[in-house]
Amino acid sequence: MRLQYPPNVRIIEVPCSGKVDILHLLLAFEQGADGVIVVGCMEGDCHYLAGNLFAKKRVQRVKEILDQVGLGGERVGMYNLSSGMGPRFAEIIREMTQKIMELGPSPIRIAKGTAVRAAGEVAA
Amino acid sequence: MIKAKPKPMEEIIDNVKGFSKLLIAGCDGCVTVCEAGGLKEAKVLAAALRLYFTQGGKQAQVDETSLTRQCEKEYLAQLSDRIDNYDAVVSLACGCGIQYLAEMYDKKVVFPGVDTCFLGVNEERGLYSERCQACGRCILAETGGICPIARCSKRMLNGPCGGSEGGKCEVNKDIPCGWELIYERLKTLGQLERFETPTVPKDWTTSRDGGPRKIVREDLRI
Repeated sequence: MRLQYPPNVRIIEVPCSGKVDILHLLLAFEQGADGVIVVGCMEGDCHYLAGNLFAKKRVQRVKEILDQVGLGGERVGMYNLSSGMGPRFAEIIREMTQKIMELGPSPIRIAKGTAVRAAGEVAA
Repeated sequence: MIKAKPKPMEEIIDNVKGFSKLLIAGCDGCVTVCEAGGLKEAKVLAAALRLYFTQGGKQAQVDETSLTRQCEKEYLAQLSDRIDNYDAVVSLACGCGIQYLAEMYDKKVVFPGVDTCFLGVNEERGLYSERCQACGRCILAETGGICPIARCSKRMLNGPCGGSEGGKCEVNKDIPCGWELIYERLKTLGQLERFETPTVPKDWTTSRDGGPRKIVREDLRI
């Protein structure tokens, strides 16, 4: 299909979205990720029965944590796709990239000095 | 086992925001089973606090560890060589562990990271319910193995009361009536004649009425 999507995305493959832990997501933010999405199989189609449902709950928990610590829960998300939905995958990556661009760099990167605030942006 | 739930993050942040070297101390005992205070939860809280401090532009060190049990001096002693590296400790143990840690390291500021709730069972993952109030004199032999002190909202000894309806408690329709449960259990066991004898008043001196309690087992003491 040779679909195009923004090249600033790092894809980490896991055997099942149920393998993704709260700590993996928090570590990504600690290391300076501006946003993270978990892409699992369609609900009801998990080969391990409930892996994607576990992932959904963990992503929700991380959203709450990010809101509580001041990073903003909108920087993390969960999507459910099948392996035949390549165009939708590319679309999601474009949407998420756009959303993160609007949010600006992660406050963690700003604090570490690896990113600068956009013009006019005021420190929280 | 002792059941606890994580404290709200806002409350923990409010307690620790003035410190810059923190140790998050989990406990591998009861609180690990109810996923409120084990090593995993200590790691999650430490990561969250690191994000909080970093995004606020504050240089802070937040480390995590976990002890086999925080209610024993021998395990708490494992912190002795490094606790001085920290300004404060957030303990994720139950109320006993938090207090024992504070008692052993009396010059260290110790904050609770969990709310200790009750003595209960795991009905399923994420669902824990109370079964014992540690009254100090067990009457389960007379009540078919179901405790009216823990399971009856009024702690009645000669129930059920008039608020029992359709097997549910008037306090909340999601609470089964403890005495209905006892009745059904005794019926199954063929021991309903126990209802013919009123229960004598309970001796509450073994409960909290006598202040903080102690067990002294001379046969075990060295």
